[in-house]
Amino acid sequence: MSTVITVSINGEARQLPSGVTVASLIDEMGLAGKRIALERNGEIVPRSTFAALRLSQNDKLEIVVAVGGG
Amino acid sequence: MNDKLVIAGKSYASRLLVGTGKYKDFAETKAAIETSGAEIITIAIRRSNIGQNPNEPSLLEILPPSKFTLLPNTAGCYTADDAVRTLRLARELLDGHSLVKLEVLGDPQSLYPNVIETIAAAKTLVAEGFQVMVYTSDDPIIAKQLEDIGCVAIMPLASLIGSGMGILNPWNLQLIMERVQVPVIVDAGVGTASDAAIAMELGCDGVLMNTAIAAAKDPVLMASAMKKGVEAGREAFLAGRMPKKLYSASPSSPTAGIISSTRS
Repeated sequence: MSTVITVSINGEARQLPSGVTVASLIDEMGLAGKRIALERNGEIVPRSTFAALRLSQNDKLEIVVAVGGG
Repeated sequence: MNDKLVIAGKSYASRLLVGTGKYKDFAETKAAIETSGAEIITIAIRRSNIGQNPNEPSLLEILPPSKFTLLPNTAGCYTADDAVRTLRLARELLDGHSLVKLEVLGDPQSLYPNVIETIAAAKTLVAEGFQVMVYTSDDPIIAKQLEDIGCVAIMPLASLIGSGMGILNPWNLQLIMERVQVPVIVDAGVGTASDAAIAMELGCDGVLMNTAIAAAKDPVLMASAMKKGVEAGREAFLAGRMPKKLYSASPSSPTAGIISSTRS
């Protein structure tokens, strides 16, 4: 079993440790405590499940924040 | 005077809604928004890795949900699917807040709305429990369809987004207001304070603008002008204007008691 998975995050391919949780990814990206929302393979991932959810090979993530707009 | 704007059962004192984009920096955004008196402000939803400095404050720290009603938009979406996904993300980001602004654009040059995709997105979003304020063209048939689908406000354009051309078709806006019961809020194309006043004089329930304030030479001063423009237009509408006539033959001063004229 591979120790590394490839995951797409906001359109960019990244190698992550196999079994990484969403919570640790968010931490590593410097987004812990920030107001964000996350979509995994087209589905919203509720913030309450971040600590428990482990990512899989070829997962496609969109991580968004609020910015200025009209 | 109790003349509140009621959207989806919630009352607002300000009939001016303002976008948060295109300002020089957060300080200017905050000053302009606060001067405008707007209670409802739009925000956009974007990927997190577009150069934000993790040590800088974020938009929601300077314009918090505790002080403002945040209206996430779907700017940049060209399909119903993208708009729906964006608003699902927005609702999660804002802890279940379901009042949203739907816009689905047809082309990047004109930024004109694609009403067919807009209708499709509106159906899905309403079914998922969102309260949809929908940006649309000034087509009164489409406006009525969007209301029938269950949108909580109809937001027809005055002219193209960012164009500052003001209200190009007051007749269509009037047709929309005759047919639709939910609030009608002019959104897009307002350029200066008189445009906002004209929208309110026509009987619109509110005005949403961004570029008109952000692209003014002095945005904070323009925000003040817009606040007054919307209030003035609303009062004029409620006051019931005098009719326009070609001839009046009704001067404002008495016709009796004029001194004798030296005119032969």
